[in-house]
Amino acid sequence: MPRYLLIESRDPFDSNDTGFCRDLATQLAAANNEVTLFLVQNGVLPARSGTRSGELTKLAGAGVRVLADSFSLKERGIDESRLATGIAAAPLDVVLDALAEGAKVIWH
Amino acid sequence: MADQKTITIAIMDAPYESGRSTTTLRLIDLAAKRGYNINVFAYEGAVLQPFAAQKPHPNAVHGRDVEQENHFIPKDAIAALMREAEKNGGKIDWVNCGLCVDERGAVDAIPGVRRGSPADFWTLSEASDNTLVIATR
Repeated sequence: MPRYLLIESRDPFDSNDTGFCRDLATQLAAANNEVTLFLVQNGVLPARSGTRSGELTKLAGAGVRVLADSFSLKERGIDESRLATGIAAAPLDVVLDALAEGAKVIWH
Repeated sequence: MADQKTITIAIMDAPYESGRSTTTLRLIDLAAKRGYNINVFAYEGAVLQPFAAQKPHPNAVHGRDVEQENHFIPKDAIAALMREAEKNGGKIDWVNCGLCVDERGAVDAIPGVRRGSPADFWTLSEASDNTLVIATR
């Protein structure tokens, strides 16, 4: 099964194009690909349970693994216990693992 | 090293301007610790990341001298990453886009940085296990 890792560094409070990764992830998962969305930098802001986290929870429900960079969370004072349903904290090693294993990795 | 990988990363951001620079260096750090070979193609403002003339400075507003300020200097971080990679059996091949260097007067880079072109990015990518392009907005 083809593997994809989409890296979202933008947050929906600042950028109006964060739907790109969500839409692409949804379509790739629907096409039976293994898809991970990795949130990094300000991209972790909607991972907090709140007004914009529902889109990510919905994504997780569609079969996409949604991860938030633990370092970026700490930088922003977001405790892992505050993450919305379906989102887990993970180290940046996830990106390097995906690259090493030959996944298609896309930065946004 | 049986499982040694080669990863190519393209970056475009100048130092001190975006979290993308920090994330890039974090990724290179992880790869260096694993003993991977890391190719970096620095394009546009990213050619200033290993610029040799970078200097630490004091912070008069906070009353700190150079040592107390301990300001982060990208060229020193990159040099340290090169040493870390070599210590673990890997290597960082840092290629600065030549035209981008000339445009910015950034010819004086730290040792280990070489001049190249986008064609080198293609060559490096072709010879790698994987490639990540960290684009600007």
